[in-house]
Amino acid sequence: MNTGLAPNIASSSSKASIRTKLSRFGKQLRKDLFCYLYLAPFFTCFMLFIIIPVFMAALLGFTSYDGFEKLHFIGFNNYIVLLTQDVIFLTKAIPNTFLFALLVGPGGYLLSFLFAWLIHQLPLKIRDYYTLAFYAPSMAGGVALSVVWIAAFSGDRVGYINRLFLKLGWIDNPVIWLQDPKYLLTIMIVVSLWMSFSVGFLAMLAGLQTVNRELYEAGRIDGITNRIQEVFYITLPSMKPQMLFSAVMQIVGTLKAGAISTQLTGLPITPSYSGHLIINHIDDYAFIRFELGYASAVSVVLLIISYFIMRFAYRLFGSKEEL
Amino acid sequence: MRKRRKWSGFQVTLVTSFTALAAFMLLPIVFILNHAFKPQNELFLFPPQFLVQNPTLRNFESLFLHASNATVPFTRYLFNSLLVAGLTLAGVILVSSMAAYALGKYRFHFKALVMSLITISLMFAPETVSIPRYLIISGLGLNNTYFGHLLPSLASPVAVFLLIGFISQIPNEVIEAAKMDGASHFGIFSRIVMPLSVPAIATISIFTFQGVWGDVETSTLFMQEETMRTLAFYVNSLISGLQNSVAGQNMAAAAGLLMFLPNLIIFLLFQKRVLETMVHSGIK
Repeated sequence: MNTGLAPNIASSSSKASIRTKLSRFGKQLRKDLFCYLYLAPFFTCFMLFIIIPVFMAALLGFTSYDGFEKLHFIGFNNYIVLLTQDVIFLTKAIPNTFLFALLVGPGGYLLSFLFAWLIHQLPLKIRDYYTLAFYAPSMAGGVALSVVWIAAFSGDRVGYINRLFLKLGWIDNPVIWLQDPKYLLTIMIVVSLWMSFSVGFLAMLAGLQTVNRELYEAGRIDGITNRIQEVFYITLPSMKPQMLFSAVMQIVGTLKAGAISTQLTGLPITPSYSGHLIINHIDDYAFIRFELGYASAVSVVLLIISYFIMRFAYRLFGSKEEL
Repeated sequence: MRKRRKWSGFQVTLVTSFTALAAFMLLPIVFILNHAFKPQNELFLFPPQFLVQNPTLRNFESLFLHASNATVPFTRYLFNSLLVAGLTLAGVILVSSMAAYALGKYRFHFKALVMSLITISLMFAPETVSIPRYLIISGLGLNNTYFGHLLPSLASPVAVFLLIGFISQIPNEVIEAAKMDGASHFGIFSRIVMPLSVPAIATISIFTFQGVWGDVETSTLFMQEETMRTLAFYVNSLISGLQNSVAGQNMAAAAGLLMFLPNLIIFLLFQKRVLETMVHSGIK
């Protein structure tokens, strides 16, 4: 635990100094009491509904539990099975998630910044409309959009995509897009990319607004000649918090994506696991097979993976001066 | 002063190509709007028609009628959704900005710990731990109460994280000056910090509302009584499994619009606010 924020006096190890330390600590607690009061409502809910459940999940990961019988402690068995025998996890969920995350994560992030920046270059009066246009897909949300997917990717000639491709002569027969393992992951990636202008995108837009205008003037005097230089030397450094925030949101959104395949196909498990992501694997074991212990172990693995990716993002955005 | 000069060739090409792209992005939304008003025969027309020809309210009618045949009237779902969304929005804004004010502007013991917990929990997906969450909710006796909807969403590390970023950018001098003038902690919070972080608050309002409005988890897991469930749950149970069927497509089309519209309204309301505040107040 890091309590090193308070200035600590280098002290000898006598009892008296411990007592003064304790009383200092108490005094500081009292001085900062309002901080704790302000923090309390959030922190209570935060502990109850996020931190404690995660620890419970971590514990469940070491058990065999089906929700009805008593749980058995089985040590690392779940993890051993997961990493050595779970063929679907190793050959489908991991590669699919990896490919999906690699394309949707950085891709969506770069596109978000590009479009946010371009929107910011537009005259103020019309900016709102463009923001709305780009944000609309992610705003509509899964429930509303499943109506669209059903119609667009319908497997018969009535589907919009089939209709368009038949007309253009790209395909000879209607393709059952969402049931065909060949296309499903691609469609998932395209759809997710197109929905990726969400919170992070809004944060970037807000961040762009906060960049001090005078900095651009100053930059011009200092010899910045084009917009690319402006972006790298002024815009990005000025909106670092927002960039980090949207990076984090992008990572989270990508790794916990999984509902998309269900919304597209209407099936909890995609045809021959073609769109099977780690989250689908968790859902499969938790809510279809009711192997809650095993499902918890998978979610712990997912949490660990996302933790390391997050560390990477922090290192990336923390150390370099430009970004 | 900047606008004349800036309407350069760059901006003209930008606007043109951007408009095309934006129109493409908007297609599904236009589709949702049109689809909801299509009569049954147009829904299955070949070749498919993107735009509605004879708009009708039949779909909404059958959606409402379908619900009123059930034991719980449609209005009950709507009421629940509106109440839950409103309470959650207010709650998240208040609770998160209080926490972010303390974390963003003051140093205290355990601050580093709390901060790292928040940053780590950003990557937390509630879907992964629904079982422990259910145990906690029923342990606290929150099943079938509005608190069961409200409290889990109050823990919004994303909102706090975003607000900390904004609030820590408020110059310390402003807060010091207010302290000199004798403002209390609450005074500083409500008169200075809250107004200055309106852009961030607007942003979190937008995504909080969307999250709550479309959320089916609390209704599915924590509410066993049908009267306590929300509109999103009802719509979701209506649409699920429609991918390969014909019956009910009209209700799904109407429900899709119904789920989308409030999000749009909230977005329009708050996004304007974001831009206005940014332009008028000169704060960095």
